[in-house]
Amino acid sequence: METKYKTAAYGAPLQYRKEKRLQSMRRKIKQSGQLYAIFFLPLVYFLVFRYGAMGWLLLAFKDFDPIKGLMGSDWVGLSHFVEFFSMPDFWKLLRNTLLISIYSILFSFPVPIILALLVNEVGSRRFKKVVQSITYLPHFFSVVIVCGMIVDFLTADGLINRVIVFFGGQPISFLTDPKWFRTIYVVSGIWQGAGWGSIMYLAALNGVDPQLYESAVIDGASKIQQIGHISLPAIMPIISVQLLMNIGSLLSVGYEKIILLYNGATYETADVISTYVYRRGLQGADYGYGTAVNLFQSVISLLLVIIANKAANRLSDGEGGLW
Amino acid sequence: MGTKRKTTGDIIFTICNYLILTVCCLLVIFPIYYMFIISISEGYAVLRGEVKWFPVGFDLSAYKAVLASPDIPKAYANTIIYTVIGTFINVLMTALCAYPLSRKKFYGRNVFSFMIIFTMFFDAGMIANFMVVSSLHLYNTIWAIVLPGAINAWYMVIMRTFFQQLPEELYESAYLDGAGDFIVFTRIALPLSVPTIMTMVLFYAVGHWNSWFNALIYLDDKVKYPVQLIMRNIVLSGETAAISGAASVAGDVGIIATNIKYAVVFVTMLPILMVYPFIQKYFVKGILVGALKG
Repeated sequence: METKYKTAAYGAPLQYRKEKRLQSMRRKIKQSGQLYAIFFLPLVYFLVFRYGAMGWLLLAFKDFDPIKGLMGSDWVGLSHFVEFFSMPDFWKLLRNTLLISIYSILFSFPVPIILALLVNEVGSRRFKKVVQSITYLPHFFSVVIVCGMIVDFLTADGLINRVIVFFGGQPISFLTDPKWFRTIYVVSGIWQGAGWGSIMYLAALNGVDPQLYESAVIDGASKIQQIGHISLPAIMPIISVQLLMNIGSLLSVGYEKIILLYNGATYETADVISTYVYRRGLQGADYGYGTAVNLFQSVISLLLVIIANKAANRLSDGEGGLW
Repeated sequence: MGTKRKTTGDIIFTICNYLILTVCCLLVIFPIYYMFIISISEGYAVLRGEVKWFPVGFDLSAYKAVLASPDIPKAYANTIIYTVIGTFINVLMTALCAYPLSRKKFYGRNVFSFMIIFTMFFDAGMIANFMVVSSLHLYNTIWAIVLPGAINAWYMVIMRTFFQQLPEELYESAYLDGAGDFIVFTRIALPLSVPTIMTMVLFYAVGHWNSWFNALIYLDDKVKYPVQLIMRNIVLSGETAAISGAASVAGDVGIIATNIKYAVVFVTMLPILMVYPFIQKYFVKGILVGALKG
């Protein structure tokens, strides 16, 4: 709605247009009256829980005192941010967060794509179905179960170490050696998510015109060439959207899993921004400071999404972005 | 496809493909199978590391101990309550939100849509959400578990897309007959979207069933804990003493921690494993509707 201020000479028609617009606005609102009633509860929900929480972000600039409340607490300006950025652990947290995300993109991201391409090449319908059913399954297990499995299999006398010893190796202390944390995080993520992640790619592959493959066969293209020249290009737009989503969430790694898996011995590589907020902000009841760190994380994430979306749109002429 | 002229390369590719996929499936299945055979094997055999590919002996006492323990049946009941009430609120609110946003004549639709989509990309974070819950005095109540995530913006978009895809003539003729949006929503849009609603129910229900973190930060009383949180204490912090203690009072010795852990895991997984074969296709459908650009 653009309001242009014109000279007095145009005053009368402007007034008229304004009134007209108000009238049509009223009519439109009236027409959607029942829709507003239906929308009322969801609107309240978003205002109270989501935007209400954004209001609490003010805490980031305050020295929170529960008795004085959000508005009554004293302003401290940017001092929480200054404390966070100048803390020696800041770089460690940022590094750990980024590395876990980047490793996830490098190693977990391609697996569902490869899986979908392989499943798509399976001729037998039954085998295809079995593979899909089995690989989707872990997605439905809670993170507690998956972490429980990880911990139990990787302890000193767990399954994996017994296999290592059986083949004449030395047992590895996976859970207390910081070197192993990222590997465990990423590999277990692949175990749980690769099958489910392949669904969208598979659906796109199903939509490819079979004639394309037929004519490729006539031209003497091998299976691998067919994948490279037909299948892969067909899912390229989805790959770009998915990659974009991943880049947007570089700073928000799955902290639930980390909280379940890490321990004092592995903080060196496992402690990320979110887990730090949980420990210091929530467990330590340092709410103002924790909010400041959260705010930093959310703003950077939002910027990353916007940038990634722009890039994806530019790369694919407006086709690959989220909006 | 032209199956007549298969080159050697293609045959090798096909064989490798089947092999790779079979190995993938085994990698997924084996840990689950392994936990299962441990949970039903005899405790001493597990301790001595004799259980490898098949169960050794047959002993359900770990399961008996889990069911007889004071915490787990209570936590299980809590989880069922949270899942049922939570899912009901989720689905109702999601539909109430999606329907108006799907109607073109809804004045302010774009503003509201933007407002909701924005929350998908900007999260206020753990502390601010916690402050909202505690300032509304929801801390340590069931509402702290079921209300904060009442509408998942992503599922709302799925639902909205579905309502938009219903033929416009359906809506038009209802409006011409003088029906208002309440009637159109409850008599036309909702009944036609039963499959989508079922998908929503499943998505949300699995989410509630598996959730533990909200309970960790929003609940204080142990009697209110859902089963996932109790399981975390048992499986990850090794608090098996209470269960084996109760079991040894009952005369069952020879149960060891590992058996108990895996029995707990299976008891928790059971509902999902049982319904999974039947509902899998709904999940797949749901995720594909959502793949459309909002």
